[in-house]
Amino acid sequence: MSDFPHTPPKQSWTFSNDVNAEIRRAAASGIYDIRGGGSKRRLPHFDDLLFLGASISRYPLEGYREKCATDVWLGTRHAKKPIHLDIPITIAGMSFGSLSGPAKEALGRGASAAGTSTTTGDGGMTEEERGHSKTLVYQYLPSRYGMNPDDLRRCDAIEIVVGQGAKPGGGGMLLGQKISDRVAEMRNLPKGIDQRSACRHPDWTGPDDMEIKILELREITDWEKPIYVKIGGARPYYDTALAVKAGADVVVLDGMQGGTAATQDVFIEHVGMPTLACIPEAVKALQDLGMHRKVQLIVSGGIRNGADVAKAMALGADAVSIGTAALVALGDNDPKFEGEYRKLGTIAGAYDDWHEGKDPAGITTQDPELYNRFDPILGGRRLSNYLKVMTLEAQTIARACGKNHLHNLEPEDLCALTLEAAAMAKVPLAGTDWYPGRNGF
Amino acid sequence: MQTFDLEARGLRELNSTLHALKGQTNMSAWEVINPKGAHAIAAGLDAPVEVTVKGSTGYYCAGMNKQATVQIKGSAGPGVAENMMSGTVIVEGDASQYAGATGRGGLLVIKGNASSRCGISMKGINIVVHGNIGHMSAFMAQSGTLVVLGDAGEALGDSLYEARLFVRGKVKSLGADCIEKEMRPEHLELLADLLKQAGVDGKAKPEEFTRYGSARKLYNFNIDNADAY
Repeated sequence: MSDFPHTPPKQSWTFSNDVNAEIRRAAASGIYDIRGGGSKRRLPHFDDLLFLGASISRYPLEGYREKCATDVWLGTRHAKKPIHLDIPITIAGMSFGSLSGPAKEALGRGASAAGTSTTTGDGGMTEEERGHSKTLVYQYLPSRYGMNPDDLRRCDAIEIVVGQGAKPGGGGMLLGQKISDRVAEMRNLPKGIDQRSACRHPDWTGPDDMEIKILELREITDWEKPIYVKIGGARPYYDTALAVKAGADVVVLDGMQGGTAATQDVFIEHVGMPTLACIPEAVKALQDLGMHRKVQLIVSGGIRNGADVAKAMALGADAVSIGTAALVALGDNDPKFEGEYRKLGTIAGAYDDWHEGKDPAGITTQDPELYNRFDPILGGRRLSNYLKVMTLEAQTIARACGKNHLHNLEPEDLCALTLEAAAMAKVPLAGTDWYPGRNGF
Repeated sequence: MQTFDLEARGLRELNSTLHALKGQTNMSAWEVINPKGAHAIAAGLDAPVEVTVKGSTGYYCAGMNKQATVQIKGSAGPGVAENMMSGTVIVEGDASQYAGATGRGGLLVIKGNASSRCGISMKGINIVVHGNIGHMSAFMAQSGTLVVLGDAGEALGDSLYEARLFVRGKVKSLGADCIEKEMRPEHLELLADLLKQAGVDGKAKPEEFTRYGSARKLYNFNIDNADAY
């Protein structure tokens, strides 16, 4: 034995404990990791932007005295009946099947109380959400589960889903353990089997076909309904331009922090772009086509508070959409269930095996014992409170920037804390007039 | 018989006129002239009316049809009778891709051939094709019946769920999890009924068909089936 000290144990950055644990899990199980939610990486995000506020060159509005409006019109391009929302924060598409009936009801209650819309999801429209949602967006997905012309006519807008931020280019899978009798009936499939959702629409491919599909949907609904096109954050400039060309009234752009009910972790973490990088590209496409504010842009993927809302809108969005945050507001991942999360092998705040249907909070489950724990009236109230807080926060910032409407926020109100965020958001690095990437520098 | 000149009056007026028809109307027979391949002709109907299109149609003719009988006196473009709920759609000529896609009910009869992806993701519709069908037909077909008097292209019934497939001619290849199955008396009875509804009139007998369905091996994920995904 040498008397020299040993080199202390050193973990590999490349082969970290987390990485090795996943290798061992894959080797033991023979299946890739499936989970819900969006990217968990540390990505450039809205936290990397700051508002400049008003001073001498711009003057602020008086909080609580001078009005800062928050309403938004959606679908003004072609629809006979565009939507008017009191607040620019909508609830993203989440299916009955992935969520329980009471959870869908709570989303409808909360959104309606706050003056905004909810969205169906991959699995059809339920009476709970139609009945409790003053404004309901009906998703038109590749699976077409539950699709029918009566629901198309009783919705308030149609959202053609081309992709989502968690998995641009991917389909879906609702595992057999969540396929109750009711879910199975709505989807025309046997109970208990895995339900695959295709990644492409069955009866069209490409933007030229999509234009004809939009025509068909408009004809079926007598041109009344706004038609949204939802895209995952992959090539936002071209996808936005093509959606506009195809006739969309609204483009919904979902960055990679946007959640999913269930897909492969490798997909969530390695495909797509951060929301922050997507927005300016989509806005530029709209501006280049002369359609900014004429075709509305809804941004989703990692929206958590009023500052995020204000930043997305300052970058050019007309509205935002929340999914994960809405579930948290309802009670998902609440520390009060810590003991039960630990029994499932996880902890509050990290629970993402929504596809297994064992959610202690009763939100992402079809088990009556679990979902009966969840009070949809209380859940709706919590969501409404949260939406109103976000709106007040966004108004607070907008007034500080001298804006009498959230839509008057602009990129000039922002600066970036990091080079990456400055380059992605196309705003100057704080304290400089440097826009990384502009003019080749 | 009401005659509607599509070229002169336009698609919007046609569909809004047909949508306004209620079950009690006596204007229950319509012919559409000069379709000239227009898209979304007679889409979204919901009344027991008869619409005859005098010529060929573009995409999505009779899309999401309920109750109505739509007859196309020509060929149909992609997605004819897509997501049909009920009623009958008859194509006298050939049909392009995705015929009857995601259909949930009713009967689609194609008297010529159908291109690829016929009956893709079908959910209860019955489809009878007098001629041949193209590749990837009945992909992820969930329920309903597809009857083909001629041949089927590659990968028939790939990732099939509970839809029933009957082919009288050759099948170039079966898709993942699609297998040949025993023809039992109830299947012969079902076939006889559908052939009669589709106006086959003795051109084919149920006994001449082979039944295909799901092996149900891909219903729940198993890593040992990874090469089939």
